Amino acid sequence: MSYIVADNLVKEYGEGETVVSAIDVINFEIEEGEFVGIMGESGSGKSTLLGMMGAMNAPTSGSLLVADIDIYSLGQEQRADFRREFLGFVFQSFHLVSYLTVIENIMLPLAIIKAGKKKKRVMAEAAMNQVGLSGKAHRLPSQISGGEKERVAIARAIVNEPPVLLADEPTGNLDTKTSHDIMELLHRLNDEGMTIVMVTHSPDCAGYARRIMRVTDGKLVDDNVKLRSLKRWQKKEKNKEPFPNRSQALMVGSLPTG
Amino acid sequence: MTLKTISIKNLLRRKGKAGFILAGLVIGVSTVVGIMAFVEAMTNDINHKLEKYGANILIVPRTENLTLSYGGLALGGVSFEMKEIQEIELTRVRTIKNSRNIAALGPLVLGVVSVDSHKVLMAGVDFKAAEILKPWWHVQGAVPEENEVILGAEAARILNLSIGNKITIKDKKLVVSGVLQPTGSQDDQLIFTRLVTAQTIFNKSGQISMAEVAALCKDCPIDAMVKQISDVLPGAKVMAIQQVVKSRMETLAQFKKFSYGISGVILLIGSLVVLVTMMGSVRERTDEIGIFRAIGFRKGHIMKIIFMEASIVSGLAGIIGYFIGFGAAKATLFIFTENHSGYVPFRFELAVGAVVTALMLGLISSAYPAFMASRLDPNEALRSL
Repeated sequence: MSYIVADNLVKEYGEGETVVSAIDVINFEIEEGEFVGIMGESGSGKSTLLGMMGAMNAPTSGSLLVADIDIYSLGQEQRADFRREFLGFVFQSFHLVSYLTVIENIMLPLAIIKAGKKKKRVMAEAAMNQVGLSGKAHRLPSQISGGEKERVAIARAIVNEPPVLLADEPTGNLDTKTSHDIMELLHRLNDEGMTIVMVTHSPDCAGYARRIMRVTDGKLVDDNVKLRSLKRWQKKEKNKEPFPNRSQALMVGSLPTG
Repeated sequence: MTLKTISIKNLLRRKGKAGFILAGLVIGVSTVVGIMAFVEAMTNDINHKLEKYGANILIVPRTENLTLSYGGLALGGVSFEMKEIQEIELTRVRTIKNSRNIAALGPLVLGVVSVDSHKVLMAGVDFKAAEILKPWWHVQGAVPEENEVILGAEAARILNLSIGNKITIKDKKLVVSGVLQPTGSQDDQLIFTRLVTAQTIFNKSGQISMAEVAALCKDCPIDAMVKQISDVLPGAKVMAIQQVVKSRMETLAQFKKFSYGISGVILLIGSLVVLVTMMGSVRERTDEIGIFRAIGFRKGHIMKIIFMEASIVSGLAGIIGYFIGFGAAKATLFIFTENHSGYVPFRFELAVGAVVTALMLGLISSAYPAFMASRLDPNEALRSL
């Protein structure tokens, strides 16, 4: 049975003649336990789509069901409860709270649940162990590496054991080796039964997903894309000249700076 | 990990901002506490002085004649043919309901005497009561014993008498034991002696011409006391010198109003400091609030964090502000009061009031920033999803 169902999702910004369509009628279904990668160029609408799945960005029209709950029929506060109960978020640039230690950041979602201090601690330590962060509990985000920050962000997202994990470019700020480790971690979480939806630019990272959706100009152009065609697309993207003619590039390069 | 942990950690991280809010509130609270404690102490001081100020109720014999003098100018022959009050009757004054408000009761017997061809008014007074009734008296020499007199400054000049001189009044030899320093009042013209001595000279044993009552204090119901004294002394006319009380009380009330007005303005400025700083803090924390909202914090949770921060800072400001204000009032009183006592009574209500006021100010001023923070859209706040 489908766990996430998007039905004719549309998201538009602006009004009248200035309307910009971010999501242009998208339909899909995601099964429980799936690992879905959403790929697309910058501005294609993939992050908007993830935000909609995260109960944070209401569609202009259409509906989105998660665990049979029409999340945009809920009020704002109920949507907050829904996010707490059903979703874990891994943000693009970690978004850790700078003045809280590693373990406090991980325990953040537990701050508003009714549980004893000891139980919260056990849950946080379990999440830390799961992402391989033992021994760093009392460090501040500024005292750990980028890979470790990403692990903290993942531990925070999974600490209250949500059924769905949404990740926005989880390796966007990491080197190749660390990216590989993080993707292994997400893969393992998926193996343990967690439904994961990940937005990524990288075909290498998308390769860890069991299903890949490609979004272009707010439209779902491919669902369950084969990895080979993804690599081809990546190559094509890489070969694109950033500036079609050289004189334009030079002109930009000669612009005064500062 | 609770919301309180987040609030405390945030305050510790933003020590500068927290310190700024704290300073703003401490200044406001300490000023208000200082002013209130100062006003309270000054009120007590003024009341204490008013109690010592002198008579404010006069008891005179009832008369059917109209006074033939105006502004100290006597028109025509004024006789002293008036009835006397029995001294024994005066003891009834001590039985009235508000007798505890009576600071002093001074009987007075008056008569005209001749000294070396000069006609002078002589008054027999109770010198112990006079200490309270006439605190402006400064006697050069000694307070008279029996068969001794003191002279008003003018009387001494006109009669050409000084300390140690002897005078004879109605065949009674009296010694000048002292001279009053000029008072600017009618007392300068008189000769004073002990009540018993005067009663003997005027042959008015057990009788008095009038009595003065000092009942000046903050809560004295002067009108009620006048009525009570009239009831126990039906043959006397009892009058209140209300202008003195009223003018001083009005001055004090105006001072209080002014002080409270200043306090209100200072508190308003303190609130604005909290409001502006909290608004700035909320703007700086947009990302953080976005994270909180994204991971499932309700609006109420966000408001609770902000209010908790405001409560911690303002509660602390209330306590610190109280002690600073209290100390400032003590120091100010030490400088400004005549006796340099610097005594400010500790008032539990003022201490509690300072903390409650600071808390209320902190919470009210944080209400709008907290509301704004709770309304932040997580998607817009993060801009990454």
